[in-house]
Amino acid sequence: MTPLQNTASGEPLIKVESLCKIYSLDSGAAGNGNGNGNGTVNSQVLFDVSLSIHRGEFVAIMGHSGSGKSTLMNILGCLDTPTSGHYWLDGNDIASLSDDELARVRNRNIGFVFQGFNLLKRMTALDNVATPLLYAGVNRSDSRKRAQALLHQTGLGKFAAYQPNQLSGGQQQRVAISRALVNNPQLILADEPTGNLDTQTSREIMEIFQQLNREHGITIVLVTHEDDIAACTRRLIRLQDGRVVHDAEVPA
Amino acid sequence: MSLLAIIGEALRALRLNRLRTGLTMLGMIIGVAAVVLMLAIGQGAQTMVNQAISSMGSNLLIVVPGATSSGALRSGSGAVQTLTMSDAQAIASLPSVKATAPLITGTAQLNYGANNWSTVVTGVTPDYFEVREWAAESGALFTEADVRSATRIAMLGQLTAKNLFGDEDPTGKMVRIKNSPFLIAGVLAVKGQSLDGRDQDDAVFIPITTGQRQIFGNQFPGTIRFLMAQAESAEMMEEAEAEMNQLLRQRHRVAEGMENDFTVRNMAALTAVATGAAKVMSIMLGAIASVSLLVGGIGIMNIMLVSVTERTREIGIRMAIGANRRAILMQFLLEALVICILGGLAGIAIGIGGAWAVSEAVGMVVVITFGTVVLAFAFASGVGIFFGFYPARKAAALKPVEALRYE
Ligand SMILES: Nc1ncnc2c1ncn2[C@@H]1O[C@H](COP(=O)(O)OP(=O)(O)O)[C@@H](O)[C@H]1O
Ligand SMILES: [Mg+2]
Repeated sequence: MTPLQNTASGEPLIKVESLCKIYSLDSGAAGNGNGNGNGTVNSQVLFDVSLSIHRGEFVAIMGHSGSGKSTLMNILGCLDTPTSGHYWLDGNDIASLSDDELARVRNRNIGFVFQGFNLLKRMTALDNVATPLLYAGVNRSDSRKRAQALLHQTGLGKFAAYQPNQLSGGQQQRVAISRALVNNPQLILADEPTGNLDTQTSREIMEIFQQLNREHGITIVLVTHEDDIAACTRRLIRLQDGRVVHDAEVPA
Repeated sequence: MSLLAIIGEALRALRLNRLRTGLTMLGMIIGVAAVVLMLAIGQGAQTMVNQAISSMGSNLLIVVPGATSSGALRSGSGAVQTLTMSDAQAIASLPSVKATAPLITGTAQLNYGANNWSTVVTGVTPDYFEVREWAAESGALFTEADVRSATRIAMLGQLTAKNLFGDEDPTGKMVRIKNSPFLIAGVLAVKGQSLDGRDQDDAVFIPITTGQRQIFGNQFPGTIRFLMAQAESAEMMEEAEAEMNQLLRQRHRVAEGMENDFTVRNMAALTAVATGAAKVMSIMLGAIASVSLLVGGIGIMNIMLVSVTERTREIGIRMAIGANRRAILMQFLLEALVICILGGLAGIAIGIGGAWAVSEAVGMVVVITFGTVVLAFAFASGVGIFFGFYPARKAAALKPVEALRYE
């Protein structure tokens, strides 16, 4: 019933071709784009992005602020749609999926980790982690058991009953990672997951990602500004003004 | 996501905003309580009218002295003495008329031992009880023979009996009416309120002849206050009315083109008006109360819209972790529905309590039917679905990336 049919493992997990993203803004709003004279201004953020990411890869995306990293991540995470171009996830054309199927893909196949953690307020860490399971139709007691196990795995076993505002940034990000992992996704997308964290905590979070990639074979795509974070990964893609300008392995 | 889990999420969200939930619910509680209370009062009025009508007796026509349009009718009891016992007998022999009951009335003081009670004394023939469909609860009705010989015998209404005798059985006892001793033949069954609001059980009945000769001695012999006639059937009411008019014009020698010196009232027409009025009142009360329900509903929509805007980011997060549109829609719809159902239940309870308080305080008849409760509940749920749907759909229609970016 998963909308994604597992295709031959030779296929890349992520394949995008000539991806373009254009935002239409009301005129008057500033922008470096071209006016089309119709009261709106179009601003193109992604230009012809093509890339493939295979199962088990650990990829860092870098680039200046405003270079389109988040825009690309949102498209990869099925939270947004490209203006043109194609995106195949595990061999399936994302453009052909319905809203419900996209929700299912976000629920089962992808785990998203945000810079700002994006936990549900006034809800315990345990319930936060368990929520994706509820959307997957798992009953409450089973989902709580699984959520507890994941919190334990990310080192937060004792904080299950805490609410986000009672946790430190690093702890909140661990909750968010547990939540991303709870449905056993093939892919984790992390948009500046250490952006709000100090160096020490960032290192701990990166260790979790490395372990997930190494020991569980989970594909991870991670956006970062920092070179030492990128150095933890095995492939680096650089974006500049919406174009891929660099794509190479990270020397070990 | 299972419905149960969605209900859980909805309840959690409502609990987080207790004050707001409570205030929104209050609008619903007031609306539903008002509807229940108004329906209870309206249906109470209808019930009262229906009881009064059925207590009147069926297929009833009433003949009173005096013309409809002249001032004579206004001059009140006994001023015009144009109806007689023989008029009543003549009407009784009409083919469309089953029975007639002539009657005279007056007030008098009744004494039994140390108790006294002032009430309406009505002089009637036994036919009166037939026409009014009024049976004796204890003892027996007085008879034609009592009328012929003008016996001092009386039938008591329930209230009069209770006031004079308390728990004693009055049958066979002697009571004094205007200081004359009367034997009590029996006590009549409970009759309740009349259409004009009088308690019909506050009465005493004596043979009409006894009344004419001994109690209301100042009246012209043989004249009556008014008479009741019962038509053979409901279909024959109009025929009876026409025949009675014709007969009485003849008997009273009313010249061609002259006004009647009597008036025949068809009670069927009157009761239709009364029933109609009670129904209209009931509907109007309900309609007025529904407005408050509507206002409550708009309050819910308003709060739900605010809530959707406030929780845009939450919606974005939920979508990012796998909530589909249906799950988001259901969550917000159920929040509105829970407010309405809980508010509706509280409103029904308060409405019933209010109706009880009204009936206790002003003695109004209130009637709460199962239908009223079901209607109020259905209304409340309907309001929740109707006014909750738009905000819920708005939430569900958000794009994940835009909802997530919302500050
Ligand atoms: N919803 C939007 N509407 C208009 N412009 C947007 C929107 N989202 C992002 N942008 C623009 O797209 C560009 C790329 O943004 P983003 O992908 O967030 O960059 P990055 O994550 O690399 O800093 C920026 O210039 C930003 O202003
Ligand atoms: Mg960004």
